[in-house]
Amino acid sequence: MKKTVLSLATAASLLAGVSFAAAEPVKVGMITTLSGGGASLGIDSRDGFLLAVKQSGNKDIEVIVEDDAQKPDLAVQLADKLIQSDKVDVLTGIVWSNLAMAVVPSAVAQGKFYLSTNAAPSQLAGAGCNPNYFSVSYQNDNLHEAAGEYANSAGMKKVFIMAPNYPAGKDSLSGFKRFYKGEVTNEIYTQLGQTDYAAEIAEIRASGADGVFFFLPGGMGISFMKQYAGAGVEVPLIGPAFSFDQNILQAVGDAALGVKNTSTWSKDLDNEANKAFVAAYQAEYNRLPSIYAAQGYDTGNLLLSAMAAAPVTDADAFRKALEAADFKSVRGKFSFGPNHHPIQDIHVREVIKEGDIFTNKVVGTALADRADAYAADCKM
Amino acid sequence: MTVALFLEQILNGLQLGVMLFLMAAGLTLIFGVMGLINLAHGSLFMVGGFVCAAVAAWTGSFWIGLAASLAAAAALGALVEITVIRRLYDRDHLDQVLATFALVLMFSEGTRFVFGSFPLYLDPPAFLSGPVTLPGGLPYPAYRLAIIIAGLAVAAGLGLLISRTRLGMQIRAGEADREMIAALGVDIRFLYTVVFALGAALAGFAGALIGAIQSVQIGMGEPVLILAFVVIVIGGIGSIRGALVAALIVGLVDTLGRFLLPTLLAGVMEASAARGVGSAIASMLIYLLMAVVLVFKPKGLFPANA
Repeated sequence: MKKTVLSLATAASLLAGVSFAAAEPVKVGMITTLSGGGASLGIDSRDGFLLAVKQSGNKDIEVIVEDDAQKPDLAVQLADKLIQSDKVDVLTGIVWSNLAMAVVPSAVAQGKFYLSTNAAPSQLAGAGCNPNYFSVSYQNDNLHEAAGEYANSAGMKKVFIMAPNYPAGKDSLSGFKRFYKGEVTNEIYTQLGQTDYAAEIAEIRASGADGVFFFLPGGMGISFMKQYAGAGVEVPLIGPAFSFDQNILQAVGDAALGVKNTSTWSKDLDNEANKAFVAAYQAEYNRLPSIYAAQGYDTGNLLLSAMAAAPVTDADAFRKALEAADFKSVRGKFSFGPNHHPIQDIHVREVIKEGDIFTNKVVGTALADRADAYAADCKM
Repeated sequence: MTVALFLEQILNGLQLGVMLFLMAAGLTLIFGVMGLINLAHGSLFMVGGFVCAAVAAWTGSFWIGLAASLAAAAALGALVEITVIRRLYDRDHLDQVLATFALVLMFSEGTRFVFGSFPLYLDPPAFLSGPVTLPGGLPYPAYRLAIIIAGLAVAAGLGLLISRTRLGMQIRAGEADREMIAALGVDIRFLYTVVFALGAALAGFAGALIGAIQSVQIGMGEPVLILAFVVIVIGGIGSIRGALVAALIVGLVDTLGRFLLPTLLAGVMEASAARGVGSAIASMLIYLLMAVVLVFKPKGLFPANA
């Protein structure tokens, strides 16, 4: 297993000599996916987070990064190790909802803070919410809801909807239907990890739909879009940003051009923090950031802002500092709702080509100041 | 449901079938001749995809990439056979599974080391990238049609190789009685290396062909490997003919099951439940098929040493 220990505190104090009384140091345990098929998501989350830490120059934060290999059992072991032997104060980094459900409830029950860089299942937003759990990304349904709203505004009357047969896939389709007002021609559940979509594409061709909504994260989306383009079906596609992030688009190529997708972030969002982030990320890692990198970066900055306001040992004050969300988000407007999930704008992006690079540009806002559907069930 | 849709799904099933055959043929040859369970076969599929994508990006030609993937997979197969696999023939199957699983992990991380963690881009050649219109006015992706033709051509070539050539005769003899052909003076070590490289080349070829319509990423071989194992169990371990028939059956059953079951169930239950149950059963269908075949034909449809 890869293990990276970034001990900025030690290195810096050795160099500079301890000249001032250090504030309360914060130990962060980051559990994310750095190997296996989903590694690119975790690598971007980590790199975004570490960029925020590096830019701050804050010597009082120590980040321990661990690779969960996308396995829930391994994630649980790592969380136990980080809490019991490394004695971390804050956990973060999990990409996948099933891993988050395995780790988060027990971590927050032990009094640790958990800041989600990505996964935000509905269970943790409603009745299962917790004062020490913050989702800095979104609530899982958000991007699908925005896609439903976009389908309305784009005048789609008959939409073919499709997602993998697992909890996040079902949440996705129900999120879409929560806002979409037209008719659903077909509702298809594919296998998780499916690589061939010929059968589904044939049904899309036969369905007479005027739009296709699909949620196929990672390699599934790459396969689907390439095969869809090859089949010559002209029905427009819409989907959440997960199949259109910066790393995936290069593998899809021309097949993705012009496709509309919904996202909380885009590299061309017009705010100072975002411009600085995109430039710094490119300079540091020599590639464009993805939505996962942006969420990791925001999570890092949120944590740093709270550290500046309150010591982590005073849990109530630290929680208040997190709730204030007093940092410059790369998404522009950003605040927390009562269930510690974001209230933010959700944009519609279109896939374009800039030179040789496929990327997204914002073409509109689907939902403004969107919270989530579960906040009312959260009692804390 | 229209006739056109049904025909299109049958073609899709055939395409999945020939792709599975390319994987299963190597697997079944290696098991039949050497008695080796090779979990790393999926890694060779992945290597084929990555080499094709990298070479195609470098040279701008899919065809050079395809040739490179064949060569690379065959060379890698021969190398692995000589360095690792050769030591496993006399061990029991559990040792083989453990050692070849270790190879899977090494290939995955090695591929990440060389190519990075992000999926690679690989597109079909331009003249095959769109749809073609089949007789009857049915549009169908040209590339998938090309895969069906290429796969059937490889099947025919492999059939000729096994039944008509000296190498094929040695392979058949090796399947029947390993000790005897060694006693007759055939260089059995060389034969094993050739068979392994041949199987690896077929897997690499499949990986490159499929990479162009799927995602070229780490771990892309494992789902295909599982299906290929189902195919060789149904077809009869060691039988090329069995692998072809079983691959086409599995391809058709899987594709048509996913397409028809939710529709059929919608007649007897509420629509959204039918979709959920239908897709769940559809994903089990080929395993059910395997179980049924094993009940009636415990050695598969075409037992190699019957």
